[in-house]
Amino acid sequence: MRGKTAMKTVNLTIDDLPVQVDENMTVLEAALQVGIDIPTLCFLKGVCEVGDCRICVVEVDGFDNLKSACVFPVSEGMVVKTHTKKVRLSRKSTMELILATHSKECLTCCRSTNCELQTLAEELGITELYYSDESPEEVTYDDKSNSIIRDQSKCILCARCAHVCSKTQGTGILGFVGRGVKTRVTTAFDKSLADTPCLFCGQCVVSCPVGAISEKVDIDKVWDVLEDPDIHVVVQTAPAVRSALGEEFGLPFGTNVQGKMVAALKRLGFNKVYDTSFGADLTIMEEGHELLDRLNNDGVLPMITSCSPGWVRYCEHYYPEFIPNLSSCKSPHQMVGAVLKSYYAEKNNIDPAKIFVVSVMPCTSKKDEAARPELSVNGLQDVDCVITTRELAKMIRIGRIDFDMLEDAEFDRDLLGEYTGAGISFGATGGVMEASLRTVADIMESKELRDIDYTQVRGMSDIKEATLVLGGRIFRVAVVHGTAAAGRLLDLIKSGVTTYDFIEVMGCSGGCVAGGGQPHVTAKEKMKLDIREARANVLREVDNSKDYRKSHQNPQVQKLYTDYLGKPNSQKAHELLHTHYTAKEKFPLE
Amino acid sequence: MVKEVICKDRLAQLETVMDEHKGKKGCLMPILHESQKIFGCIPLGVQKVIADATGIPMAEIYGVVTFYSHFSIEPKGDFVIGVCMGTACYVKNAGKILDDFVKQANVKVGETSEDGKFTLEATRCIGACGLAPVITINEDVYGRLKADAQEVADILAKY
Repeated sequence: MRGKTAMKTVNLTIDDLPVQVDENMTVLEAALQVGIDIPTLCFLKGVCEVGDCRICVVEVDGFDNLKSACVFPVSEGMVVKTHTKKVRLSRKSTMELILATHSKECLTCCRSTNCELQTLAEELGITELYYSDESPEEVTYDDKSNSIIRDQSKCILCARCAHVCSKTQGTGILGFVGRGVKTRVTTAFDKSLADTPCLFCGQCVVSCPVGAISEKVDIDKVWDVLEDPDIHVVVQTAPAVRSALGEEFGLPFGTNVQGKMVAALKRLGFNKVYDTSFGADLTIMEEGHELLDRLNNDGVLPMITSCSPGWVRYCEHYYPEFIPNLSSCKSPHQMVGAVLKSYYAEKNNIDPAKIFVVSVMPCTSKKDEAARPELSVNGLQDVDCVITTRELAKMIRIGRIDFDMLEDAEFDRDLLGEYTGAGISFGATGGVMEASLRTVADIMESKELRDIDYTQVRGMSDIKEATLVLGGRIFRVAVVHGTAAAGRLLDLIKSGVTTYDFIEVMGCSGGCVAGGGQPHVTAKEKMKLDIREARANVLREVDNSKDYRKSHQNPQVQKLYTDYLGKPNSQKAHELLHTHYTAKEKFPLE
Repeated sequence: MVKEVICKDRLAQLETVMDEHKGKKGCLMPILHESQKIFGCIPLGVQKVIADATGIPMAEIYGVVTFYSHFSIEPKGDFVIGVCMGTACYVKNAGKILDDFVKQANVKVGETSEDGKFTLEATRCIGACGLAPVITINEDVYGRLKADAQEVADILAKY
């Protein structure tokens, strides 16, 4: 709506300040423009805009009852008061009621010091608990899955998780259940997330204002191997991690902390520190040639990327008919794991069983992916442990490393140390497509193309398309992020409305930079800034700064093929770098 | 209690109902009403069929089923005893009547007896305060009860 028609504005006053704003705005948005900070709790921009929690209430002239500012539209001549006695008392008693049923384990909570409820309680001046503890006796604590823990004793029923799950992810695993004081946000039949078609994308985790949903913390496994002299511990970091890790240490959004991150990992005692972007380059080689093979030999098209484990689970559960379309390539960090336990082990003369691979990922679904039995080589899992960006920050804090003081360090350079601008682009929506096109176009055109910025596939609109002519052939591609949008696109393909040769899907909106394992960002900050853009820009800058911006130019990837794999999609490459998928039933009956 | 809740016949009936409603806005409620009638309850297996056919997420269907007391997940007994716990009945000793049913029909409140014969429910006001204390068994109404154990035994003997 906005932007297409000429913007109409309205005049109102908020706390006696005159404001002129777009007529489509809410009171909350208008207040923000003049620096008036109305508190919110259930509100999450673009995700949960329902006005249920009643924390954002304000007085509006002409109405007896208080209005929820997050959903109440502005109008001409409106007079709004945001902190009258009536408003303050209402917010306070609402808060007291919420706290009556909320677990008071703040000291040991995973969200201690970055909990939106804790902050809000302080901001609203809650200094004592008015109601006695009314916590329900039976609450679900679910830690059965490999990725996500749900602790219902901390749930405040804001339903931000349920909204992101149904709206952005199209899965609707969580929802309101029961009635009245027995209302809970949970799964159908209170099943463990492990027994539902949950993607483990973790968007619920990064939407939750409190500690009711969190990632399964695996750092103890890492500490243990780091102290074991018999184990060779190799860590790899995904492209998106460096774009957000700094937020955990108070640095502004969009700060590239690659150097400090590598320094911290070395300080923690990892034997080798590599960049998963190497694996991304390798993925492009395998996936690119798989695509060319499908194009030339009447293979199943469109081919769809398979790097995002949330998306892979979505496909297996919700659109199994598209499994033949999925690229058989493992995701980049799994490829790195497989190469470490074969090529790297051979070259360094290390027993692969003594190599422990840790992946630092912006993703909670990667924890589940790494545990998939088919993602292994010679009986060894490709990757032994996945920790999120948040968990790495936790390790750095526990290790008492002063992040700010760290001198920038470089990734290890041997064997898997090089990466290109294409590889690093994997961390944001459109990046895998752009990286693929840079290589595939060169092959189809049989020359090194100079113009390699495919801007059509960049940006944050949820479905992006481009049509190219490559090697005299019309080549149609699409990029989609957020599995709900992916579902919409697949429906269009199924109904024959549209068709493509190649599709990139990333499970999370914005891609890995906004993955479920990235640092928590408050709803207030998300309202002011599109963190997806800020973090994606970090990767774009690295891409622009690299000498090699095409995956096939990566000298160490080339060497891996000449010394070990032969050529892309060779039998050896298939053994190590490819996998398969299985259709999965959504709610299996016992 | 062994009773086949989900069978081919009933699933076929559900299909017919869903063909009529699915795709329409607000289709879930009529489908759930019919399901409750057809199966006598709406267990996981039935909710799954509805979710697959309508595209409505399971959590949402389960949410609606658990919101309305009319819907049940477990099969109900042949005879559903409703003891009114509205204010008028309550002050006239409905609590004791409920206890007597628990003992004599050997069933807990909100549950179904092992033989599948009785389901016992403590209901909200059924709007028959003039008959307080009042109970219902399926469509039968028993009012102005004396709240003694023999009376409950006599009523149960009829079923």
